[in-house]
Amino acid sequence: MKAVSPGSIRSRIALLTGTATALVILALVPLVVGLYQIQLLTYGLIAAIAALGFNILLGYTGLLSFGHSAFFGIGAYAVAFLFRHVGIQSMELYILIGVPIVAIASALFGYICVRHTRIFFGILTLALSQVLYSLALKLFWITGGTDGLRVARPTLLASLISFTGPGAFQRFLTSYYYYVLVVFAMCVVLMWVIVHSPFGKALQAIRDNEIRAAFLGIRIRRFRWLAFLLSGTFTGLAGILWAPLNGLATPDVLYWTFSGEIVFTALLGGFRNFTGPIVGGIVYTYLKTYAVATTEYWQALLGAVLVLLIIVLPTGIVGALSQIARKLGAKRTP
Amino acid sequence: MTILLQTIDLRKSFGDTRACDGVNFVVNKGEFLSLVGSNGAGKTSLVNLISAHLTPDSGKILFEGNDITRATVSERIKAGIARSFQIVNLFDAMSVFDNVALSIFSRQGKATYMATLANHDRDVHDETFEVLGQFGLRDKSGFFAGGLAQGERKLLDVAIAYALRPKLLFLDEPTSGVSTHEKTQIMDTVSSIVRVGTVTAVIIEHDMDVVFRYSDRIVMMHEGSFLADGTPEEIKANKDVANILLGAPLSA
Repeated sequence: MKAVSPGSIRSRIALLTGTATALVILALVPLVVGLYQIQLLTYGLIAAIAALGFNILLGYTGLLSFGHSAFFGIGAYAVAFLFRHVGIQSMELYILIGVPIVAIASALFGYICVRHTRIFFGILTLALSQVLYSLALKLFWITGGTDGLRVARPTLLASLISFTGPGAFQRFLTSYYYYVLVVFAMCVVLMWVIVHSPFGKALQAIRDNEIRAAFLGIRIRRFRWLAFLLSGTFTGLAGILWAPLNGLATPDVLYWTFSGEIVFTALLGGFRNFTGPIVGGIVYTYLKTYAVATTEYWQALLGAVLVLLIIVLPTGIVGALSQIARKLGAKRTP
Repeated sequence: MTILLQTIDLRKSFGDTRACDGVNFVVNKGEFLSLVGSNGAGKTSLVNLISAHLTPDSGKILFEGNDITRATVSERIKAGIARSFQIVNLFDAMSVFDNVALSIFSRQGKATYMATLANHDRDVHDETFEVLGQFGLRDKSGFFAGGLAQGERKLLDVAIAYALRPKLLFLDEPTSGVSTHEKTQIMDTVSSIVRVGTVTAVIIEHDMDVVFRYSDRIVMMHEGSFLADGTPEEIKANKDVANILLGAPLSA
């Protein structure tokens, strides 16, 4: 196996131009598509942020969480509580207050969960998230039970942009798309730096060879905990962004099947690639939306896609694409 | 001679098997020591106990006079004890460069840095290439560790431990599973680096030619305790050692 790791100047340039192109295309999309598509793509970007957070645990640290709905849900409900009880309607305040809340929740959950690995870790994350879900259902006078809590359209950019009067909904959707796009871009850059930092390398080392990593003096449990904290916080931020778009924080984003969807997203895009979860988040959003619109057996349809995915594309969409690209590249330069 | 490491009546049993049966082990500063003995003699267990991979049932471990019996793996590494592994233990999905760089990041306390790019750290970059150069792996820096040949993997395994700049380096069978030619190459590299870098080295080795050629002192283990301890000449002259090496029963 003669394989060379990335990092050369050529691949750096390719990465930068690729990212810039993708961002320009995403920025131009609202000019050519309808409102519904803009809304859908916003959901896709939010799912991508959630999956990006999830993947620092699965792809980079080697820990499969089955409870990431918890952080997404905490983010969403944090926004709902801030709106209902504090009367906050500013998106910036939602983020500034919500992110520390999800970070603290992730730190607590992580502190318990990273004591174990493999299936035990997965079960713990699942169990803890289910506790939150049942609390959200039972404490209905606080959480609204199955009805959830309403979230009004927030103002953007410190009340510079508010949405009232005729056409407010349309203006909100377009503005919010750009808002989410900017947050998304920041998350991508931030996560890219993290996984290429010494810390990111240490996580990959722990993933590949825990014992040897320990014998480099790396304190395994602390690193896993930090990875968990970051992971939950990113996914929680996605929940914060999701609540105003959805207009409602509902307990189904706390339910374990939603954690499953996040796992699905990462598998779909390919969890061994940095861009995999991003692509997975966007593609999954469309896949689910159209599956629901096409058939009432949409869950069966998604199940079939999942089975096919694992058999035919075990490395996900991005994994398969990069394999094809590598083959074509090898042919060009023999 | 200054004592660097000392174990006092160190014991470890696995069920009825006594892997270390009251071992009093002394390593002097600057020496190149070989730990020999048949399979199951307790060599690897002893190294595991000293490196905190195992916890002793009883006894003490002193390093530079400090009691480290209860110290964690990372505390012992900080104190200056590093090791390689019998079965090559690398980060296969990472580049050769990253394998060594991570050791240096960890040693410098930079492994928790999240906001800087690993490849942009000049100090670590230069030191990594220096270490790779010493081990003859400079040309392979961009390769995935999983793609190296066995001999190179053995060298990288030692390089990762060496990059921690330990005072005491344990090498568990650094030459197992490679050709005779590569053996000499690995041992020449390792011994020259150890001597230049004023590192104290303890190797576990089966090949007695290698042992006699490179060691300052040889310690022989048998069934969890020490059977012989001396210079290569003394060990060569020892009858019990010869008997065990040839598989004959002890005379006593």
